[in-house]
Amino acid sequence: MYTIRTFKRVESLEEAYELNQKKTTTILGGGMWLRLGNRQIQAAVDLSGLGLDTIEETDDAFVIGCMTPLRDMEVHPGLNRYFQDMIRDCLKDIVGVQFRNTATIGGSLYGRFGFSDPLTALLVLDTTVEMYKGGMIPLEDFVDMPYDRDILVRVHIRKDGRRCAYQSFRNTRTDFPVLTAAVSSKDGIWRAAVGARPKKAALIAGAAKLPERPEKKDVGALAKEARDTLKYEDNMRASADYRKILTGVLLERAVEAVCGGMDHED
Amino acid sequence: MKIKVWINDKAIATHIDGDTMLIDVLREKGYKSVKCGCDTTNCGLCTVWLEGRPVLSCAVPAARADGKHVTTLEGVAEEAEAFGRFMAAQGAEQCGYCSPGLIMNVLAMAREMKRPTETQIKEYLAGNLCRCTGYEGQYRAIRNYLAVTQGDYQLFGKGEVIEGVR
Ligand SMILES: Cc1cc2nc3c(=O)[nH]c(=O)nc-3n(C[C@H](O)[C@H](O)[C@H](O)COP(=O)(O)OP(=O)(O)OC[C@H]3O[C@@H](n4cnc5c(N)ncnc54)[C@H](O)[C@@H]3O)c2cc1C
Ligand code: FES
Ligand code: FES
Repeated sequence: MYTIRTFKRVESLEEAYELNQKKTTTILGGGMWLRLGNRQIQAAVDLSGLGLDTIEETDDAFVIGCMTPLRDMEVHPGLNRYFQDMIRDCLKDIVGVQFRNTATIGGSLYGRFGFSDPLTALLVLDTTVEMYKGGMIPLEDFVDMPYDRDILVRVHIRKDGRRCAYQSFRNTRTDFPVLTAAVSSKDGIWRAAVGARPKKAALIAGAAKLPERPEKKDVGALAKEARDTLKYEDNMRASADYRKILTGVLLERAVEAVCGGMDHED
Repeated sequence: MKIKVWINDKAIATHIDGDTMLIDVLREKGYKSVKCGCDTTNCGLCTVWLEGRPVLSCAVPAARADGKHVTTLEGVAEEAEAFGRFMAAQGAEQCGYCSPGLIMNVLAMAREMKRPTETQIKEYLAGNLCRCTGYEGQYRAIRNYLAVTQGDYQLFGKGEVIEGVR
Protein backbone atom coordinates (compact mmCIF):
# COMPACT_ATOMS: atom_id res chain seq x y z
CA MET A 1 0.00 0.00 0.00
CA TYR A 2 1.04 3.60 -0.54
CA THR A 3 2.06 5.89 2.29
CA ILE A 4 0.94 9.50 2.42
CA ARG A 5 2.62 12.08 4.62
CA THR A 6 0.26 14.94 4.05
CA PHE A 7 -3.17 14.88 2.50
CA LYS A 8 -3.60 18.23 0.85
CA ARG A 9 -7.07 19.39 -0.10
CA VAL A 10 -6.39 22.14 -2.60
CA GLU A 11 -8.53 25.19 -3.23
CA SER A 12 -7.55 25.78 -6.83
CA LEU A 13 -6.08 24.01 -9.82
CA GLU A 14 -3.15 26.41 -9.74
CA GLU A 15 -2.35 25.30 -6.20
CA ALA A 16 -2.62 21.66 -7.28
CA TYR A 17 -0.39 22.27 -10.28
CA GLU A 18 2.25 24.06 -8.23
CA LEU A 19 2.35 21.25 -5.69
CA ASN A 20 2.46 18.64 -8.41
CA GLN A 21 5.69 20.00 -9.86
CA LYS A 22 7.51 18.16 -7.09
CA LYS A 23 8.32 14.54 -7.83
CA THR A 24 7.19 13.52 -4.35
CA THR A 25 3.68 14.89 -4.93
CA THR A 26 0.91 12.73 -6.35
CA ILE A 27 -2.52 13.71 -7.59
CA LEU A 28 -5.16 11.54 -5.98
CA GLY A 29 -8.08 10.53 -8.18
CA GLY A 30 -10.21 7.86 -6.57
CA GLY A 31 -6.96 6.43 -5.24
CA MET A 32 -8.06 2.91 -6.12
CA TRP A 33 -5.15 2.15 -8.38
CA LEU A 34 -2.60 4.17 -6.43
CA ARG A 35 -3.43 2.33 -3.24
CA LEU A 36 -2.26 -0.97 -4.67
CA GLY A 37 1.18 0.40 -5.41
CA ASN A 38 3.77 1.22 -2.82
CA ARG A 39 4.54 4.80 -3.67
CA GLN A 40 5.83 6.92 -0.80
CA ILE A 41 3.85 10.07 -1.29
CA GLN A 42 4.96 13.22 0.49
CA ALA A 43 1.92 15.23 -0.53
CA ALA A 44 -1.26 13.69 -1.92
CA VAL A 45 -3.22 16.35 -3.76
CA ASP A 46 -6.97 16.02 -3.30
CA LEU A 47 -9.00 17.70 -6.03
CA SER A 48 -12.35 16.77 -4.51
CA GLY A 49 -13.12 20.29 -3.31
CA LEU A 50 -13.03 21.84 -6.78
CA GLY A 51 -16.44 20.78 -8.06
CA LEU A 52 -14.88 18.63 -10.77
CA ASP A 53 -17.24 15.71 -10.22
CA THR A 54 -20.05 16.59 -12.58
CA ILE A 55 -21.24 15.59 -16.03
CA GLU A 56 -22.56 18.52 -18.04
CA GLU A 57 -24.31 18.27 -21.36
CA THR A 58 -23.90 21.28 -23.61
CA ASP A 59 -25.24 21.75 -27.14
CA ASP A 60 -22.31 19.99 -28.72
CA ALA A 61 -20.56 17.95 -26.04
CA PHE A 62 -20.60 16.13 -22.75
CA VAL A 63 -18.12 17.71 -20.36
CA ILE A 64 -17.05 15.43 -17.55
CA GLY A 65 -15.00 16.57 -14.55
CA CYS A 66 -11.93 14.49 -13.75
CA MET A 67 -13.21 13.52 -10.29
CA THR A 68 -16.45 12.09 -11.65
CA PRO A 69 -16.87 8.52 -10.40
CA LEU A 70 -17.09 5.90 -13.14
CA ARG A 71 -20.48 4.89 -11.78
CA ASP A 72 -21.93 8.33 -12.51
CA MET A 73 -21.03 7.98 -16.16
CA GLU A 74 -22.32 4.42 -16.24
CA VAL A 75 -25.80 5.43 -15.10
CA HIS A 76 -25.98 8.84 -16.79
CA PRO A 77 -29.11 8.81 -18.95
CA GLY A 78 -27.95 11.50 -21.39
CA LEU A 79 -24.55 9.96 -22.05
CA ASN A 80 -25.98 6.53 -22.57
CA ARG A 81 -28.86 7.62 -24.71
CA TYR A 82 -26.53 9.60 -26.93
CA PHE A 83 -23.88 6.92 -27.22
CA GLN A 84 -26.24 3.94 -27.38
CA ASP A 85 -25.24 2.52 -23.97
CA MET A 86 -21.58 2.28 -24.90
CA ILE A 87 -20.49 4.22 -21.80
CA ARG A 88 -22.38 1.80 -19.59
CA ASP A 89 -21.06 -1.18 -21.51
CA CYS A 90 -17.43 -0.15 -21.05
CA LEU A 91 -17.75 0.46 -17.31
CA LYS A 92 -20.18 -2.09 -15.91
CA ASP A 93 -17.69 -4.93 -15.52
CA ILE A 94 -15.04 -2.98 -13.64
CA VAL A 95 -14.82 -4.70 -10.23
CA GLY A 96 -18.14 -3.70 -8.67
CA VAL A 97 -20.58 -0.88 -8.05
CA GLN A 98 -18.80 0.11 -4.82
CA PHE A 99 -15.49 0.34 -6.66
CA ARG A 100 -16.96 2.39 -9.49
CA ASN A 101 -18.49 4.80 -6.97
CA THR A 102 -14.94 5.79 -6.05
CA ALA A 103 -12.70 5.24 -9.09
CA THR A 104 -12.64 8.36 -11.26
CA ILE A 105 -12.58 9.02 -14.98
CA GLY A 106 -9.62 11.39 -14.51
CA GLY A 107 -7.49 8.68 -12.90
CA SER A 108 -8.67 6.15 -15.48
CA LEU A 109 -7.64 8.22 -18.48
CA TYR A 110 -4.55 9.79 -16.96
CA GLY A 111 -3.31 6.29 -16.09
CA ARG A 112 -3.61 5.15 -19.72
CA PHE A 113 -3.69 1.60 -18.45
CA GLY A 114 -3.20 -1.23 -20.90
CA PHE A 115 -6.29 -3.02 -19.62
CA SER A 116 -8.50 0.05 -19.70
CA ASP A 117 -12.06 -0.45 -20.88
CA PRO A 118 -13.04 3.25 -20.96
CA LEU A 119 -9.82 4.21 -22.75
CA THR A 120 -10.69 1.80 -25.56
CA ALA A 121 -14.26 3.04 -25.81
CA LEU A 122 -13.55 6.75 -25.65
CA LEU A 123 -10.90 6.43 -28.37
CA VAL A 124 -13.56 5.78 -31.00
CA LEU A 125 -15.56 8.83 -29.92
CA ASP A 126 -14.46 12.40 -30.54
CA THR A 127 -12.87 12.68 -27.10
CA THR A 128 -10.55 15.42 -25.89
CA VAL A 129 -8.83 15.72 -22.54
CA GLU A 130 -8.55 19.19 -21.07
CA MET A 131 -5.19 19.49 -19.30
CA TYR A 132 -4.52 22.36 -16.91
CA LYS A 133 -1.37 23.56 -18.69
CA GLY A 134 -1.40 21.46 -21.83
CA GLY A 135 -4.82 22.62 -22.96
CA MET A 136 -7.13 20.55 -25.13
CA ILE A 137 -5.52 17.33 -26.37
CA PRO A 138 -7.30 14.74 -28.51
CA LEU A 139 -7.42 11.46 -26.60
CA GLU A 140 -5.78 9.62 -29.49
CA ASP A 141 -2.69 11.84 -29.04
CA PHE A 142 -2.84 11.79 -25.25
CA VAL A 143 -2.74 8.00 -25.19
CA ASP A 144 0.84 7.94 -26.40
CA MET A 145 2.14 11.00 -24.57
CA PRO A 146 4.58 10.46 -21.71
CA TYR A 147 3.34 10.84 -18.14
CA ASP A 148 4.05 14.40 -17.08
CA ARG A 149 3.15 16.57 -14.10
CA ASP A 150 0.08 18.22 -15.60
CA ILE A 151 -3.47 17.80 -14.33
CA LEU A 152 -6.30 16.30 -16.30
CA VAL A 153 -9.18 18.65 -15.56
CA ARG A 154 -12.07 17.53 -17.74
CA VAL A 155 -12.96 15.11 -20.48
CA HIS A 156 -14.95 16.43 -23.44
CA ILE A 157 -16.88 14.05 -25.65
CA ARG A 158 -18.30 15.70 -28.72
CA LYS A 159 -21.88 15.01 -29.70
CA ASP A 160 -21.32 14.32 -33.36
CA GLY A 161 -24.09 11.85 -34.04
CA ARG A 162 -21.79 8.87 -34.11
CA ARG A 163 -23.08 5.31 -33.81
CA CYS A 164 -20.89 3.15 -31.62
CA ALA A 165 -20.50 -0.13 -29.77
CA TYR A 166 -18.18 -1.66 -27.20
CA GLN A 167 -17.09 -5.25 -26.61
CA SER A 168 -14.83 -6.85 -24.05
CA PHE A 169 -13.87 -10.40 -23.29
CA ARG A 170 -13.17 -11.48 -19.73
CA ASN A 171 -12.21 -14.86 -18.35
CA THR A 172 -14.44 -14.10 -15.43
CA ARG A 173 -16.77 -11.22 -14.91
CA THR A 174 -15.24 -8.27 -13.01
CA ASP A 175 -11.71 -9.45 -13.78
CA PHE A 176 -9.45 -7.36 -16.01
CA PRO A 177 -10.38 -7.79 -19.67
CA VAL A 178 -8.47 -10.21 -21.89
CA LEU A 179 -9.26 -8.02 -24.87
CA THR A 180 -11.31 -4.88 -25.51
CA ALA A 181 -12.67 -3.51 -28.77
CA ALA A 182 -14.74 -0.50 -29.76
CA VAL A 183 -16.00 0.78 -33.08
CA SER A 184 -17.93 3.80 -34.24
CA SER A 185 -19.28 5.10 -37.50
CA LYS A 186 -20.27 8.56 -38.64
CA ASP A 187 -21.29 9.45 -42.19
CA GLY A 188 -19.94 6.10 -43.30
CA ILE A 189 -16.49 6.72 -41.79
CA TRP A 190 -15.47 4.11 -39.24
CA ARG A 191 -13.13 4.18 -36.28
CA ALA A 192 -12.00 1.07 -34.44
CA ALA A 193 -9.81 0.51 -31.40
CA VAL A 194 -8.44 -2.59 -29.72
CA GLY A 195 -7.04 -2.63 -26.19
CA ALA A 196 -5.83 -4.91 -23.40
CA ARG A 197 -3.61 -6.74 -25.87
CA PRO A 198 -2.43 -6.37 -23.03
CA LYS A 199 -0.87 -3.19 -24.37
CA LYS A 200 -3.00 -0.09 -24.13
CA ALA A 201 -5.74 0.66 -26.58
CA ALA A 202 -4.84 1.85 -30.07
CA LEU A 203 -6.83 2.89 -33.11
CA ILE A 204 -6.63 0.71 -36.21
CA ALA A 205 -5.78 3.07 -39.06
CA GLY A 206 -7.47 1.02 -41.79
CA ALA A 207 -10.91 1.39 -40.19
CA ALA A 208 -11.38 4.52 -42.27
CA LYS A 209 -11.27 2.33 -45.39
CA LEU A 210 -14.21 0.17 -44.30
CA PRO A 211 -17.29 0.47 -46.49
CA GLU A 212 -20.35 2.09 -44.97
CA ARG A 213 -21.93 -1.32 -44.33
CA PRO A 214 -19.00 -3.66 -43.86
CA GLU A 215 -19.32 -7.34 -44.64
CA LYS A 216 -17.73 -10.12 -42.68
CA LYS A 217 -14.70 -10.16 -44.97
CA ASP A 218 -14.13 -6.42 -44.50
CA VAL A 219 -14.09 -6.78 -40.75
CA GLY A 220 -11.82 -9.81 -41.19
CA ALA A 221 -9.36 -7.62 -43.09
CA LEU A 222 -9.54 -5.00 -40.36
CA ALA A 223 -8.80 -7.62 -37.70
CA LYS A 224 -5.87 -8.82 -39.77
CA GLU A 225 -4.51 -5.31 -39.94
CA ALA A 226 -4.80 -5.06 -36.16
CA ARG A 227 -2.96 -8.37 -35.75
CA ASP A 228 -0.23 -7.29 -38.16
CA THR A 229 0.32 -3.73 -37.00
CA LEU A 230 -0.45 -3.67 -33.27
CA LYS A 231 1.65 -5.28 -30.60
CA TYR A 232 0.14 -8.35 -28.91
CA GLU A 233 1.64 -10.12 -25.90
CA ASP A 234 1.06 -13.03 -23.54
CA ASN A 235 0.21 -12.50 -19.91
CA MET A 236 -1.35 -14.53 -17.12
CA ARG A 237 -4.83 -14.05 -18.57
CA ALA A 238 -4.26 -15.13 -22.15
CA SER A 239 -1.70 -15.67 -24.87
CA ALA A 240 -1.03 -13.22 -27.70
CA ASP A 241 -2.39 -15.80 -30.15
CA TYR A 242 -5.66 -16.12 -28.30
CA ARG A 243 -6.01 -12.33 -28.21
CA LYS A 244 -5.44 -12.23 -31.95
CA ILE A 245 -8.30 -14.64 -32.51
CA LEU A 246 -10.53 -12.65 -30.18
CA THR A 247 -9.75 -9.47 -32.10
CA GLY A 248 -11.75 -10.67 -35.11
CA VAL A 249 -14.60 -11.89 -32.95
CA LEU A 250 -15.00 -8.72 -30.90
CA LEU A 251 -14.64 -6.38 -33.87
CA GLU A 252 -17.25 -8.34 -35.76
CA ARG A 253 -19.68 -8.22 -32.85
CA ALA A 254 -19.13 -4.50 -32.39
CA VAL A 255 -19.61 -3.69 -36.09
CA GLU A 256 -22.67 -5.87 -36.13
CA ALA A 257 -24.10 -3.98 -33.15
CA VAL A 258 -23.59 -0.66 -34.91
CA CYS A 259 -25.11 -1.87 -38.20
CA GLY A 260 -27.91 -3.78 -36.54
CA GLY A 261 -26.75 -6.97 -38.23
CA MET A 262 -24.23 -7.82 -40.91
CA ASP A 263 -24.40 -9.30 -44.36
CA HIS A 264 -22.61 -12.61 -44.45
CA GLU A 265 -21.33 -13.90 -47.77
CA ASP A 266 -21.85 -17.57 -47.08
CA MET B 1 -4.94 15.77 10.58
CA LYS B 2 -8.29 16.16 12.27
CA ILE B 3 -11.53 15.08 10.65
CA LYS B 4 -15.15 15.09 11.68
CA VAL B 5 -17.35 12.33 10.33
CA TRP B 6 -20.97 11.45 10.94
CA ILE B 7 -21.02 7.73 11.51
CA ASN B 8 -24.59 6.46 11.53
CA ASP B 9 -25.65 10.05 12.23
CA LYS B 10 -23.39 10.42 15.23
CA ALA B 11 -20.75 13.16 14.88
CA ILE B 12 -17.29 11.83 15.58
CA ALA B 13 -14.08 13.86 15.55
CA THR B 14 -10.79 12.03 15.29
CA HIS B 15 -7.16 12.40 14.32
CA ILE B 16 -5.91 10.50 11.29
CA ASP B 17 -2.74 10.15 9.27
CA GLY B 18 -2.59 11.11 5.60
CA ASP B 19 -2.90 7.48 4.55
CA THR B 20 -5.46 6.26 7.09
CA MET B 21 -8.27 4.44 5.32
CA LEU B 22 -11.91 4.86 6.23
CA ILE B 23 -12.11 1.23 7.39
CA ASP B 24 -9.47 1.88 10.05
CA VAL B 25 -11.40 4.78 11.51
CA LEU B 26 -14.63 2.79 11.54
CA ARG B 27 -13.13 -0.23 13.28
CA GLU B 28 -11.23 1.92 15.75
CA LYS B 29 -14.47 3.63 16.69
CA GLY B 30 -16.08 0.26 17.35
CA TYR B 31 -18.00 -0.40 14.13
CA LYS B 32 -16.76 -3.95 13.93
CA SER B 33 -19.24 -5.09 11.29
CA VAL B 34 -16.82 -3.49 8.84
CA LYS B 35 -14.16 -6.03 7.93
CA CYS B 36 -11.34 -6.33 5.49
CA GLY B 37 -11.39 -9.41 3.27
CA CYS B 38 -8.72 -8.76 0.65
CA ASP B 39 -5.69 -6.73 -0.34
CA THR B 40 -6.86 -5.99 -3.84
CA THR B 41 -10.04 -3.88 -3.63
CA ASN B 42 -12.01 -6.79 -4.99
CA CYS B 43 -14.08 -8.58 -2.37
CA GLY B 44 -16.69 -6.04 -1.23
CA LEU B 45 -16.63 -7.16 2.40
CA CYS B 46 -15.67 -3.67 3.60
CA THR B 47 -18.70 -2.01 1.97
CA VAL B 48 -20.17 0.99 3.80
CA TRP B 49 -22.16 3.95 2.48
CA LEU B 50 -20.57 7.34 2.01
CA GLU B 51 -23.30 9.93 1.62
CA GLY B 52 -25.62 7.04 0.90
CA ARG B 53 -23.50 5.46 -1.84
CA PRO B 54 -21.87 2.08 -1.33
CA VAL B 55 -18.07 2.32 -1.34
CA LEU B 56 -15.14 0.11 -0.38
CA SER B 57 -14.01 1.50 2.96
CA CYS B 58 -10.65 -0.28 2.61
CA ALA B 59 -9.79 2.00 -0.30
CA VAL B 60 -11.41 5.32 0.58
CA PRO B 61 -8.94 7.67 2.29
CA ALA B 62 -10.41 8.63 5.67
CA ALA B 63 -9.64 12.26 4.84
CA ARG B 64 -12.20 12.05 2.06
CA ALA B 65 -14.92 11.29 4.62
CA ASP B 66 -14.30 14.58 6.45
CA GLY B 67 -17.61 16.38 6.89
CA LYS B 68 -19.50 13.49 5.34
CA HIS B 69 -22.01 10.88 6.47
CA VAL B 70 -20.97 7.26 6.70
CA THR B 71 -23.42 4.43 7.26
CA THR B 72 -22.36 1.02 8.49
CA LEU B 73 -24.36 -2.14 9.10
CA GLU B 74 -24.86 -1.00 12.69
CA GLY B 75 -26.70 2.05 11.35
CA VAL B 76 -29.23 -0.01 9.41
CA ALA B 77 -29.54 -2.82 11.95
CA GLU B 78 -33.28 -3.27 11.62
CA GLU B 79 -33.27 -3.61 7.86
CA ALA B 80 -30.19 -5.79 8.01
CA GLU B 81 -31.92 -8.09 10.43
CA ALA B 82 -35.02 -8.27 8.25
CA PHE B 83 -32.92 -9.21 5.24
CA GLY B 84 -30.94 -11.61 7.40
CA ARG B 85 -34.10 -13.58 8.06
CA PHE B 86 -34.54 -14.10 4.32
CA MET B 87 -30.96 -15.32 4.13
CA ALA B 88 -31.49 -17.70 7.04
CA ALA B 89 -34.68 -19.03 5.49
CA GLN B 90 -32.68 -20.06 2.45
CA GLY B 91 -29.75 -21.40 4.44
CA ALA B 92 -27.76 -19.05 2.26
CA GLU B 93 -24.70 -18.62 4.40
CA GLN B 94 -21.96 -21.07 5.14
CA CYS B 95 -19.27 -19.26 7.13
CA GLY B 96 -21.12 -15.96 6.84
CA TYR B 97 -17.94 -13.89 6.64
CA CYS B 98 -19.05 -12.19 3.43
CA SER B 99 -22.47 -11.18 4.73
CA PRO B 100 -21.89 -7.71 6.23
CA GLY B 101 -20.61 -6.39 2.90
CA LEU B 102 -23.28 -8.17 0.89
CA ILE B 103 -26.05 -6.88 3.13
CA MET B 104 -24.84 -3.29 2.84
CA ASN B 105 -24.80 -3.58 -0.91
CA VAL B 106 -28.18 -5.31 -1.14
CA LEU B 107 -29.75 -2.57 0.97
CA ALA B 108 -28.05 0.09 -1.18
CA MET B 109 -29.40 -1.60 -4.29
CA ALA B 110 -32.91 -1.74 -2.86
CA ARG B 111 -32.75 2.01 -2.28
CA GLU B 112 -31.30 2.80 -5.68
CA MET B 113 -33.38 0.53 -7.88
CA LYS B 114 -36.98 -0.41 -7.81
CA ARG B 115 -37.83 -3.89 -9.00
CA PRO B 116 -34.43 -4.71 -10.49
CA THR B 117 -34.26 -7.52 -13.00
CA GLU B 118 -32.15 -10.63 -12.46
CA THR B 119 -29.39 -9.16 -14.63
CA GLN B 120 -29.47 -5.87 -12.75
CA ILE B 121 -29.28 -7.66 -9.40
CA LYS B 122 -26.34 -9.79 -10.49
CA GLU B 123 -24.54 -6.79 -11.94
CA TYR B 124 -25.09 -4.72 -8.83
CA LEU B 125 -23.78 -7.43 -6.55
CA ALA B 126 -20.92 -8.69 -8.72
CA GLY B 127 -18.43 -6.91 -6.49
CA ASN B 128 -19.38 -8.94 -3.42
CA LEU B 129 -17.42 -12.16 -3.38
CA CYS B 130 -18.28 -15.26 -1.37
CA ARG B 131 -15.70 -17.99 -0.98
CA CYS B 132 -18.02 -20.69 0.36
CA THR B 133 -21.26 -20.70 -1.57
CA GLY B 134 -22.40 -20.57 -5.17
CA TYR B 135 -24.50 -17.45 -4.53
CA GLU B 136 -27.74 -19.29 -5.30
CA GLY B 137 -29.09 -19.16 -1.75
CA GLN B 138 -28.25 -15.49 -1.44
CA TYR B 139 -29.89 -14.82 -4.76
CA ARG B 140 -33.12 -16.54 -3.70
CA ALA B 141 -33.06 -14.58 -0.44
CA ILE B 142 -32.58 -11.30 -2.31
CA ARG B 143 -35.40 -12.07 -4.72
CA ASN B 144 -37.76 -12.83 -1.91
CA TYR B 145 -36.69 -9.84 0.13
CA LEU B 146 -37.28 -7.53 -2.82
CA ALA B 147 -40.55 -9.21 -3.70
CA VAL B 148 -41.83 -8.59 -0.20
CA THR B 149 -40.36 -5.16 0.50
CA GLN B 150 -40.94 -3.69 -2.92
CA GLY B 151 -44.38 -5.20 -3.06
CA ASP B 152 -44.26 -6.88 -6.43
CA TYR B 153 -44.79 -10.60 -6.43
CA GLN B 154 -45.07 -10.58 -10.20
CA LEU B 155 -41.47 -9.51 -10.68
CA PHE B 156 -39.95 -12.95 -10.72
CA GLY B 157 -43.06 -14.30 -12.35
CA LYS B 158 -43.31 -17.49 -14.32
CA GLY B 159 -45.58 -18.86 -11.59
CA GLU B 160 -42.66 -19.43 -9.28
CA VAL B 161 -43.50 -20.05 -5.67
CA ILE B 162 -41.59 -17.73 -3.40
CA GLU B 163 -40.20 -19.94 -0.70
CA GLY B 164 -39.02 -19.14 2.73
CA VAL B 165 -40.77 -15.85 3.21
CA ARG B 166 -41.37 -15.53 6.89
C1 LIG C 1 -8.37 -4.08 -8.51
C2 LIG C 1 -8.59 -3.21 -9.70
C3 LIG C 1 -9.22 -3.72 -10.82
C4 LIG C 1 -9.42 -2.92 -11.94
N1 LIG C 1 -10.05 -3.45 -13.05
C5 LIG C 1 -10.23 -2.68 -14.15
C6 LIG C 1 -10.88 -3.19 -15.33
O1 LIG C 1 -11.25 -4.35 -15.41
N2 LIG C 1 -11.03 -2.36 -16.39
C7 LIG C 1 -10.62 -1.05 -16.36
O2 LIG C 1 -10.80 -0.35 -17.35
N3 LIG C 1 -10.03 -0.54 -15.27
C8 LIG C 1 -9.82 -1.33 -14.16
N4 LIG C 1 -9.18 -0.80 -13.07
C9 LIG C 1 -8.74 0.61 -13.12
C10 LIG C 1 -9.79 1.53 -12.51
O3 LIG C 1 -10.99 1.45 -13.25
C11 LIG C 1 -9.32 2.98 -12.51
O4 LIG C 1 -9.04 3.35 -13.82
C12 LIG C 1 -8.11 3.18 -11.66
O5 LIG C 1 -8.39 2.77 -10.34
C13 LIG C 1 -7.66 4.63 -11.66
O6 LIG C 1 -8.69 5.47 -11.23
P1 LIG C 1 -8.60 6.16 -9.79
O7 LIG C 1 -9.65 7.21 -9.74
O8 LIG C 1 -8.59 5.15 -8.74
O9 LIG C 1 -7.17 6.89 -9.92
P2 LIG C 1 -5.92 6.94 -8.94
O10 LIG C 1 -5.51 5.58 -8.50
O11 LIG C 1 -6.20 7.93 -7.86
O12 LIG C 1 -4.85 7.57 -9.94
C14 LIG C 1 -4.30 6.85 -11.02
C15 LIG C 1 -3.15 7.68 -11.61
O13 LIG C 1 -3.65 8.86 -12.22
C16 LIG C 1 -3.15 10.02 -11.59
N5 LIG C 1 -4.26 10.97 -11.58
C17 LIG C 1 -5.50 10.77 -11.04
N6 LIG C 1 -6.31 11.79 -11.32
C18 LIG C 1 -5.57 12.68 -12.05
C19 LIG C 1 -5.86 13.93 -12.65
N7 LIG C 1 -7.06 14.50 -12.58
N8 LIG C 1 -4.86 14.56 -13.33
C20 LIG C 1 -3.63 13.98 -13.43
N9 LIG C 1 -3.31 12.79 -12.88
C21 LIG C 1 -4.27 12.15 -12.21
C22 LIG C 1 -2.66 9.59 -10.25
O14 LIG C 1 -1.63 10.41 -9.75
C23 LIG C 1 -2.16 8.18 -10.56
O15 LIG C 1 -0.91 8.22 -11.14
C24 LIG C 1 -8.97 -1.58 -11.94
C25 LIG C 1 -8.33 -1.05 -10.81
C26 LIG C 1 -8.13 -1.85 -9.70
C27 LIG C 1 -7.47 -1.25 -8.49
S1 FES D 1 -11.55 -5.46 1.89
FE1 FES D 1 -11.84 -6.44 -0.01
S2 FES D 1 -12.67 -4.82 -1.18
FE2 FES D 1 -12.27 -3.83 0.70
S1 FES E 1 -20.46 -17.73 3.28
FE1 FES E 1 -18.33 -17.94 3.58
S2 FES E 1 -17.55 -16.33 2.36
FE2 FES E 1 -19.61 -16.23 1.93
